[in-house]
This record gives sequence, structure tokens and C-alpha cells, in this order.
Amino acid sequence: MTESWRQPRRILMAALGGLTVFYLLAPTLVIVPMSFTEAEILSFPPQGFSLQWYEHMLTDTQWSTSIVNSLIVAVLTAAVATVLGTLAALGLSRGRFPGRSLVNGLVLSPLIVPVVVIAIGMFGLFVQWKISGSVLGLVLAHTALALPFVVVNVGTSLQTMDRNLELAAANLGANPRRSFMHITLPIILPGVVAGAIFAFITSWDEVVTAIFLTTARFRTLPVEMWEQVRQVVDPTVAAVSTTLLVVTTGLLLLLVFVRRQAPA
Amino acid sequence: MTTADEARSRTWPSLVGGRPRVNRWSVLALPAVVFLVAVFLIPLLAMTLRSVNDPPGAGLSNYQQFFTQGAYVRVLTNTFWIALLATVSCLVIGYPFAYLMTIVSGRVAGLLLIAVLLPFWSSLLVRTFAWQVLLRDTGVINRILLDLGVISEPLTLIRTTLGVILGMSHILLPFMVLPIYAVMRRIDPEFSRAAANLGASPATAFLRIFVPLSLPGVLAGCLLVFVLALGFYITPALLGGLKDQMISQLIVQQIQQRLDWGFGTAMGVLLVAITLAFLFAASRAVRLQDVFGSGIGED
Amino acid sequence: MTAEAMTPTRPAAGERPALVLRALTKHFGSAVAVDGIDLDVRPGEFLTLLGPSGSGKTTTLRMVAGFMAPTSGSIEIDGSDMTRVPPHRRDVGMVFQNYALFPHMTAAENVAFPLRMRRRPGAEIKKRVGEALDLVKLGSFGDRYPRQLSGGQQQRIALARAVVFEPRLLLMDEPLGALDRKLRESLQLEIIRVSRELGATVLYVTHDQEEALVMSDRIAIFSMGRIEQLGSGADLYDRPASLFVADFIGESNILRGRYEVDGGAGGWMTRDETRWRVGAASAGRSDVASGAAAALVVRPERMRVLADGATPDGLNTADATVDEVLYLGPDIKYQLALPWGQRISIREPRELDARELARGERVRIGWKVEDGLLVADPASA
Repeated sequence: MTESWRQPRRILMAALGGLTVFYLLAPTLVIVPMSFTEAEILSFPPQGFSLQWYEHMLTDTQWSTSIVNSLIVAVLTAAVATVLGTLAALGLSRGRFPGRSLVNGLVLSPLIVPVVVIAIGMFGLFVQWKISGSVLGLVLAHTALALPFVVVNVGTSLQTMDRNLELAAANLGANPRRSFMHITLPIILPGVVAGAIFAFITSWDEVVTAIFLTTARFRTLPVEMWEQVRQVVDPTVAAVSTTLLVVTTGLLLLLVFVRRQAPA
Repeated sequence: MTTADEARSRTWPSLVGGRPRVNRWSVLALPAVVFLVAVFLIPLLAMTLRSVNDPPGAGLSNYQQFFTQGAYVRVLTNTFWIALLATVSCLVIGYPFAYLMTIVSGRVAGLLLIAVLLPFWSSLLVRTFAWQVLLRDTGVINRILLDLGVISEPLTLIRTTLGVILGMSHILLPFMVLPIYAVMRRIDPEFSRAAANLGASPATAFLRIFVPLSLPGVLAGCLLVFVLALGFYITPALLGGLKDQMISQLIVQQIQQRLDWGFGTAMGVLLVAITLAFLFAASRAVRLQDVFGSGIGED
Repeated sequence: MTAEAMTPTRPAAGERPALVLRALTKHFGSAVAVDGIDLDVRPGEFLTLLGPSGSGKTTTLRMVAGFMAPTSGSIEIDGSDMTRVPPHRRDVGMVFQNYALFPHMTAAENVAFPLRMRRRPGAEIKKRVGEALDLVKLGSFGDRYPRQLSGGQQQRIALARAVVFEPRLLLMDEPLGALDRKLRESLQLEIIRVSRELGATVLYVTHDQEEALVMSDRIAIFSMGRIEQLGSGADLYDRPASLFVADFIGESNILRGRYEVDGGAGGWMTRDETRWRVGAASAGRSDVASGAAAALVVRPERMRVLADGATPDGLNTADATVDEVLYLGPDIKYQLALPWGQRISIREPRELDARELARGERVRIGWKVEDGLLVADPASA
């Protein structure tokens, strides 16, 4: 980039950039102050300051049970997806077998297929298997959706790891199992943790498959919100949105922190 | 003989003359494969079967039903149209933004990246809801414009195509910015300097050198945005009007309300087929790993 | 065809070799990386595998370490057959080119790792780690992480880690390649000192011939998967067995021509109108057939610019034109052109009162007959 055209271009670019950042961040941020309104309806600017809608979210049985349900499903999803995904990443990275690229494609395919189609497919079959409307069904669905994120994260960690380290470990007397426990696993741990966090977030925010795989008695937070948003919009929805945002942002910051601590 | 050959023989032993060995690590991939086949592939296959079997012996009648009714075909064309609009708007907003990210300092670029990634990871529902709040007749935008006296009556922003595009672009922007940025980053700044030295004006250098070099990223981004936009459900449902209906909404309607599984699944199969067709066609032009490999784990 | 007759490759009777490679071969599909290597390494010896990239030296080292299985042949370490033994049971020390220090462990934990793998008691580990760190003069650096250490320090930690469990054999894969010149030189001496103190047998891989000459007891020159010549540095330098070796080690002037035997002792090298005498000793060592294309190798420091008019006995001579004059401190180096255009170089100590040659000047150069080494010329002109 040459010097001569810096000034006017720079200002224009900066303005466009600022506008785009505003476009990206403003909509979601606008919700946050609105959740603290004293009024009965969502309004802008918000009137007064009150935590009543957060209270309502936590005390109203429908909302609070859905929060708990979301937590349970997300934690279970993170656990299962992390285990399956880490194993798969290891198998794909260190394994040699025919059809490896096919398996790679299979693991990434949940990202490509439109989620509505995944939802109705699973719904149709889970109903037959009698697991629709249960924690199990939803965890299975969310795990399938979260799996690609775990595999990519752990896979990247494995790829960037210096292969010589495993050779050195073997040379120094570690059999394959001990080499994995003492050397490989600690080094890829940030990738595993990152995958787990993304898996949690994926499940925590997921709405489309949840719409199909939940019932009036068993709902997750996003589904509860979906139902509310299309009818009466009371500020509780804003409080819920803010909560969802805070949890996700918090986890992402945790992720950045974990990355910084990576030894390699 | 060379380490490259060594590496090759380890990866594709059959290619370099050795026997294709299956080593012990391979078995670790098995649980995930079994899981995905059972929970992901089989439901999709069952769905495909159902599309030709519900009602029993339906054959292709569900598909015929779709293509012979103008209303349904309109939904399909509208889906393409909206996806196209979303792609164009993401490109218009995203290309300059990606370029900006390459010319600022590393620190600022990192902040811009966070600005792109943070909404990327927030709930789609929350973001769509936020747009709803913004665009309603009694929403934030109208409120501000009315208070400022710019307008005397609220603008109809919600339940319009504009509303849908605003919402979808907001959500899809990272998928455009990240691939373009990834490619732009790798363009050697020396090229522009060389062009200047050879007599090209800055604008010419940009148009004739930089833009063509950034095209692979542009293609990857457009492809990704378009394919994802085709399958959108939440956003058009909340922000769009009746004439903006997209095919996924139709599918949900058929399954949830009409309980017409045959028809619903047929449309589902159609949507997947179209998505795969686009991906396949584009895989001839663009390396798919550029599309799906970026964004996750980029510091 | 090698000059192994020069230097005994089998150890003296009663002395078991530390490492024996027999017909060691490695194929990658149809490509042959290592082509039937035979090598005996004496206990306590520092033997270097030297050669250009792709010559098979690193592949050989990796097979000795156990990271790669040979296609055929055998590897014997200290008398036991290790050909099929996995790497974690071979008990050899290895220093990698990029150090391969575990980033999530401190220097001390890195050095302790092999002892932990052998389940040594904690107190013993502590003591031996301390000793190993002291050995490489990094006694107080145990708590640092690899990323907090300089390249040279990391390499010394890698060395400490490789010797702490007292392996019978120490392997080094171009360990100094990533370091700058001064650091390399000081670490070369460090490595020699450590290995002497431990009495270790060392198999060292490098492509840097100066490094090989400085450090080794013997050098095996690799080319295209085979050992071209095995011997001490002096053997290789003074009596190269082939053109490849002559060219690879040190600088050489290569005069090509046709060789004719002369009676029983020595012969003649003919090129166009010029004829040079080949000494009996040199002719006897090489196996160039009479009438075959050959080359005479003369080191630059063995050639002299002759004083005007002098034609002493026992010298081969040639006419040349001075091309460049290079001052190298204590020496002076001339680059000259021979009548048929070939460039050669002469290196002499600078005489303070000697006349300096000018560019373009015509001179006579000469060398002692016995300084001309006869080798075969594979690319027959």
C-alpha cells in the first residue's frame, strides 16, 4: 500500500469499518439496557432501572426450568461431544486407513446440511425410537451438531504439534500409551478445552432441532424464548437474551484465556 | 529417499508402493463414525425414504406436488432470491471490512476480528430478536427517527424483505469476512508496491492486482453465505412477511402443522440436494478447506 | 570400490563394536533411500555420517533410533539385535535438530523424563538430573521452560536429556543446524567434551563438512544411499577414493583427462596437448584402468605459482592466466584460468616481500607429482 493515497482513503475506510462494527455489535447490545426497564413492555429508551425481569426469569417456573434444562443438555452435550470428537480427531490425524477423507467429510457434514432438515430427520426417527422429547434425544442431536467443532479444534492442535515430540518421548523410553498421557494429551489440552467450550455454546444456543425435539413439559431456554417471541414480547425475553449473551461471551473470554496459556 | 517421499509413504502407503496398512490409531475414529451414522445419517436416509413412501407407494408424487404448484415454486425461487440478496449485501459490507482488517495494525485487526467473531458465536435467536426489536413499528429505529423528527409516521421495516436481509446479513457477515480476510492476508504487499513502481495509479493497482488476487476468498465467502442462507429458518420467520417465506419455513409448516410428512420430507430432501449441488459445483472452483477451515481457532 | 582398506572398519580382535549395521536397506516404494549400508562403530568412537541432503544419512540414523523399520538388513547395538525392537526399548540417546524439548515441562522435568519412564526412585532422579544439568553447564536453569531459553541453551538441555540415562549409543541429527556460526563452534566443542567425559559412542549426522572434520574420529561419506568412503578426516582429505569425496571434503582442483599406465610405477594423465605425471602411490591406491577417463585432484594449497623460468624436477606444471586475487588474511588465494578455460584456485601463505600478481598476468603453476590424487571420472568427457 503506497503512501500517496493514504489520507482520504484511510478516513473513508475507517468510517466504513466503524459503521460495520456498529452494524455487527449494536443490535445485540441494544437489548441489554432494555432488559433493565421498569416498564411492562419493551421500549426504547428503557424507562427506569429494575431487575424485575431477571427476577421473573429466575422465579417463573417455565423460564427457570428451561434454564436448568438448557444447562443439563449443554453440559452433557459438551461431555459426549468432547470425548467422541477428541477420539475422532486422534483417529483422523494419527490413523492410517482407507476412506480417511470420507470419514473426515462425515464428521464435518453436520455443518453443511441445513439444520431444518437435520431437525425433521431426527424428529421423524427419534419419535419412532421413543426418545423425542427427552434429554437423551436432544443431547444426541446437539452432540451431532457440536462434533465438527470439537474435531476441528482438537485436530488443529494435533496438526500444529511438533511430531518430533512424540518421537522424542518414544526414544526416551515412553511406550505409546505413556507417550500419549504425558506428552500428547497435555499439549493438545487447550484444543480439547476449546472444543468443549464450542460444544457447550452450540448446544446452549441451539434452537431449531430443539423446537422439534422438545415438548411443552421439557423445554430449553431458546425454545421457550422462541415461543414467547412470536406472541407477547415482555421484557423477560430481553433479560433472557442478555443472560444468553453473557454466558456465551464469558465462555469465549475463557477460551481466549486458555489459548494464551497454551505451552506450545 | 527425500523426506517428502517419506511423508507420502506414511500417508498413502498404497500410492508409494507399500501395502495399505491400517494402524492402531484408526480405531479411535470409530465411536464418532458409529455415532454419526446412527444419529445423523440414518435419520436423513429415513427421511429420504419417507419422502417417497408417505403416503405408502407415493413414489415421486410428493416431488411432483411441489413442482406443479405455483405457490410452492414461488417459495423456492424466493429462497434463491433472498439468498442471493443476502450474499450480495454481505459482499458489499464484508469486502471493504476485510480489506480494512489487512491495512490496520495487528492490534486493531485483532479487535476487528473479535467484533466479527463475537456475534458469530452469540445465539442466532437472540440476534434475530434484537433485529425484531430494532425494526418494529414501535421499535428502536422508528423511535429514534420519530423523536428526531426525520419521519412523521413509522417506517414499515419489519415483515419486509429488507428486514430479512438486514437480519440475515448481520448473521452471515462473519462467513463472508473470514474467508476473504484469510486470502487477503496472504497477498504480498510487495505486489502493490511493484505495480506503483511500474506506473500504476493506486486505484489501478488495487483493481488490477489486489482484487483479482483476492477472488478465491470472495468466491469461498459467497459460496458459504449463499449455501447457509438457503437453509435459514428463524430469521425469515421472525423478520419476514408472507411473500418472503423461505423453503425451510414451508418444511416446518408441513411437518409441525399439517403433519404431512411425505411432502415435508420431500422438500427437505430437495433442500439438501440443492445445497449439495451448489457445494459440488463450487468445489470445482474453490478449495473447500478454505471455506470451512477458517474462523475456528484463528487467533 | 571404497577405500576401506585404508582404515580398518572391523575393530581390533576382542573389542565388540558398539553398533553394527549389516546390509541395511530402506526403500520408499520404488525409491531407494538407503542402499545396503555396512558399518561397524567402535565403542567410544565419534563417527559422523556426512553427505548432502537426500543422501540417506538421516534415514539411516532414524532406523538406528527405531523410528523407521528397515526394508532389509540388520542393526546390532552392543551385540544385541535391535532391528525389530520398538524405539522406546532401544535405550539409545537422541538429540533432534529442532531439540524436541517438551514445551509443557521445565528443563529439569524434560531431563527427568527418561528416568521417570524407567521408574527410577525420586531421589535418584533428582541427583542425576542435577548432574546432567551441571554437565552441560546449565545447573541453575532447571526451572525454566524451553520457551524461556535461547537456542543454544535448548540444545544443551536436549543433550543433557539424551545422556542422563547413560545410553550405550548417542545419536545426533544435525543438532547444530539451526544455530549461528559462533554458537555452533562453541557447542561443537561442548558436545565433544560431554561425549568424552561419558565415554559415549556417538553417531552424528551433518551436511557440514567442516563440522565433521572438527568433531569426528571417523567420517562416513554418504551419497545416494551408499557409503562412498569411510575413514578419518585426514584419510578423506588426503586420499579421497572418488571424485565425489574429493569434491565434498575441502576444496579441490579437478583436472580431467585420460590415464595411461607407464610400466609398473604410476602413469600419465593426458589432456589435449598437456601431460602430467601420476605418482606410483596414488596410482596404486586407485583402481582406474589404463585408458580410462580419469581426474587428478589437487588441493589448492598444494599448488604454487612458479617463479619465472623455473621448471624444477618432480613437478607437474601448467600455464595459467590470473583471474582474481583474493586476500584472506594470512593467506592469499588466486583464481586462475587454464588454457582450456577451466578455473582453478591456488592458496598460498602471504610472503611479506613477495611480488603481488596482477589480474591478467600469465604465469606458470606447479604441484608435486605425489600431491596429484588419481580418481575415476564417472562423467567421462
